[in-house]
Amino acid sequence: MKVRVHVSLKNGVLDPQGRAIHHALEGLGFDGVNDVRAGRLIELDVADTIADEALDEMCRKLLANMVIENYRIEKVAA
Amino acid sequence: MPFTAAVITFPGSNCDRDMAVAIEEISGGTVHRVWHGDAALPDGLDLIALPGGFSYGDYLRSGAMAARSPVMQAVVEQAGRGVPVLGVCNGFQVLTEAGLLPGALMRNAGIRFVCRDVKLKVENASSLFTSAYLPGQTITIPVAHHDGNYYADAETLDRLEGEGRVAFRYLEACNGSQRDIAGVLNEKGNVLGMMPHPERMIEPAHGGSDGRKLFESVLHGLNALA
Repeated sequence: MKVRVHVSLKNGVLDPQGRAIHHALEGLGFDGVNDVRAGRLIELDVADTIADEALDEMCRKLLANMVIENYRIEKVAA
Repeated sequence: MPFTAAVITFPGSNCDRDMAVAIEEISGGTVHRVWHGDAALPDGLDLIALPGGFSYGDYLRSGAMAARSPVMQAVVEQAGRGVPVLGVCNGFQVLTEAGLLPGALMRNAGIRFVCRDVKLKVENASSLFTSAYLPGQTITIPVAHHDGNYYADAETLDRLEGEGRVAFRYLEACNGSQRDIAGVLNEKGNVLGMMPHPERMIEPAHGGSDGRKLFESVLHGLNALA
């Protein structure tokens, strides 16, 4: 089973990379971009039998830093 | 008792040698070099130092992989017993990722790598790591980092300030850190993380020796206990 873990910065946490990307988009002449937040996508290939709790624990223990980041687990049909 | 310290080397550490030399020169003691894969640390340590560098190539997040390496369980255990632990630069990032210090170190607000001498204010001159400084003293220590932007929520920051756990503060804009925090202590005061490199400022040939007093503080603290 394919699992996608979307890691994003929590609201209110300043995102210097997102801001730089925003400026770059404006520099390229793209108007109407209100805000940019950069995150991370991690794709896992896991056993079909894996428990949801285990996936959750992977995120909390390693894949996301819970001080500054949120995560969302998306199961993708293999 | 001769001073005994351990300097941890992770794959990608690059300030481990400087750290070991600084501790050796200032303490006249013994420094064990410990590899990240070692499951145990020597007994009777007076200081554990986590050096700067780019452990695991900063993969995932700076310090994230190193914080989960085998030796860190021993570091967490010894920190819990009160052994002094100093994390500099990447070492600071590892300490936050390991949960030994609050907050997180994010990409510098200006995006660029910052590599220069900075002026710091000694905010807490009574800690294990800072007692040889004067309260409010201005010192100059170099920084060299890309991810030194200290972040914690307002409640945590207020608590750190209220408990005297902000050890050092930048006196000039450096990396966008909340409240210009350059170094923080844990609740018990035996763990210090800081982005500036005291081990790079220990003799006149370095351009100054303001970093010496940090190591001297640890030495004096132990002598006072003995």
